[in-house]
Amino acid sequence: MKRRHLLASAALGLGLTIAGGAFAAGMDHVKACFVYVGPIGDGGWTFQHDQGRLAVEKEFGDKVETAYQENVPEGADAERVLTQMALSGCNIIFTTSFGYMDATNAVAAKFPDVKFEHATGFKRDSANVSTYNARFYEGRAVEGLLAGRMTKTNKIGYIGSFPIPEVVMGINSYYLNAKKVNPAVELSVVWAFTWFDPAKEADAAKALIDQGVDVIASHTDSTAVLAEAAKTEGKVIGFGQASDMAEYKDGPRISSIIDNWGPYYVKRVGALLDGSYEQADAWEGIAGGEVLIGDITDAVPAEVKAEAEGLRDAIAAGTYHPFTGPIKKQDGSDWLAEGQTAPDGDLLGMSFYVEGITGEIPK
Amino acid sequence: MEIFGINIAVLIASLMVASVPIMLAAIGELVVEKAGVLNLGVEGMMIMGAICGFITAVHTGSPMVGFLGGAAGAMALSLVFILLTQVFLANQVATGLALTLFGLGLSSLLGQGYNGIKPPRLGDVPFGPLENIPFFGRVLFTHDIMVYASIAIVAAVWAVLKYSRAGLILRAVGESHDAAHALGYKVVRIRILAILFGAAMAGLGGAYVSLVRVPQWTDGITAGAGWIALAIVVFASWKPWRVLIGAYLFGGITVLQLNLQAAGARIPVEYLSMSPYLITILVLVIMSSGRGRASLNAPAALGQNFHASR
Repeated sequence: MKRRHLLASAALGLGLTIAGGAFAAGMDHVKACFVYVGPIGDGGWTFQHDQGRLAVEKEFGDKVETAYQENVPEGADAERVLTQMALSGCNIIFTTSFGYMDATNAVAAKFPDVKFEHATGFKRDSANVSTYNARFYEGRAVEGLLAGRMTKTNKIGYIGSFPIPEVVMGINSYYLNAKKVNPAVELSVVWAFTWFDPAKEADAAKALIDQGVDVIASHTDSTAVLAEAAKTEGKVIGFGQASDMAEYKDGPRISSIIDNWGPYYVKRVGALLDGSYEQADAWEGIAGGEVLIGDITDAVPAEVKAEAEGLRDAIAAGTYHPFTGPIKKQDGSDWLAEGQTAPDGDLLGMSFYVEGITGEIPK
Repeated sequence: MEIFGINIAVLIASLMVASVPIMLAAIGELVVEKAGVLNLGVEGMMIMGAICGFITAVHTGSPMVGFLGGAAGAMALSLVFILLTQVFLANQVATGLALTLFGLGLSSLLGQGYNGIKPPRLGDVPFGPLENIPFFGRVLFTHDIMVYASIAIVAAVWAVLKYSRAGLILRAVGESHDAAHALGYKVVRIRILAILFGAAMAGLGGAYVSLVRVPQWTDGITAGAGWIALAIVVFASWKPWRVLIGAYLFGGITVLQLNLQAAGARIPVEYLSMSPYLITILVLVIMSSGRGRASLNAPAALGQNFHASR
């Protein structure tokens, strides 16, 4: 009995010392680990996260060690990978896909001394889980404006990955801002139910093109959509997604949304090193530099380019919000009144289309 | 002709293209399994075909040479499988799975530096005025050479297996390698040739993905197509023409559900996505009901290693 007490209090004491040390005094050396949903070579989402990892290495040099694992399926496998990372001495683990949410929180509860950072999620069940996201819908607004101005058939398309708030938000923002400059515009949404499957992404793009769509935005991770658009030799245009995808500049890519994770990763690892680390719920956008709008090419007329850049700057300055009322929901009920802007809570739980979009969000 | 706002001719034309990689890989695997070898490394061989075909096409500037390169790359990878299972008599299931993992890793390594490069384009076969025939022109005469080649290969495999002496020997090896051996056939040599053929087909399928379907290289580009090919072989109950049907069904459902969405049809896509797998299960249940393994038409010696000493 006594011995058990002794052991328990010793373990508790040890735990407190380690935890206390990590929180207050900072650390000399941090091992930062990253879990990727696709391969680094996807040229999009995962590639950008890895650029962020490299930025951390460059910033801190010897003081950090990084590790990563690619192609980790969302689900039970993720939990196994996370546990393995936590056991192997990672001090901070970035889980870079929405589907890792439950696995991240489950593993975080077992390893209170390890910091977990989950991208695009909203659950922070324990004190060591932070979430971070970027306001991609701001970039979607700029894409929407370009799509509305550039479409000749008045049919624009959007390839969704999974029906989660993040994606629904992007679709609504894209549509609203296209509609604003071109009231005749119609939106077709195709759900691919994958983050990364180049063949399927290409098929989705082809289905849209077959339906007469001539501007395609995508929410999946690879460059396959642009490759498919390139086959039409200029009839169909699109956007770089997650990464600049500059290699398609002389083809269908007229602009892009670039996820710039580097500054955030550097900030968080830096905070862990100097002891100022706290649980956070970060959501920066164009203003914070997490969302960059890639170079708008010469395929876009100068006045449209200026208009798009104006919109980008207005969003950055905070004078324009992509969701500004009056906006109704798809079923005709009111959402935002005249002049009202969308509260963050509404956006983060968004599960409805705005008025004018046809089709249903899959459940 | 339109249903739910989808042009049927366009739909059939796209599903024919979408099915090519899985059809090629499945018909190759069918021959391998007919010879009594279970190679679960189709995915690995496909992705090796994808990257080797891509590299060859980029450097030679010719997509056709690229396809040859893809087939060669996949065959080279399958030599590992041949060495382990036919020479060292390793377990085929485990070796096949390892081959997939190895292929995925090796392709990623080979593909370093090939991201973002565009391969030379494979044009459609010019049929001239035939393309203008209503409906059938769009469906049948607007494809690249590989679409026709894949159907021709299915026909050739069917004819060889059914009518030729070589096909009979191959089937004998797959049904009872001991009997075939007693008759004086070189079991291991025949199996090696079958594995190489299967690898070449998987390589062609993979190269089709990276050269035509997606025209680019990204890691993991085949994204599970090899596993679907394996499912198709079972679905087809080891019969060549059913492979064609299975490939069109699996490929077609994907294209159909995406097209239905693009056209704004209100049909729940989850059910469509599930349906080919449900059908596979149904086929398996119906065919295996009551009469055991033989009624499934599975080669009797499937997955068993052979050594002449036994």
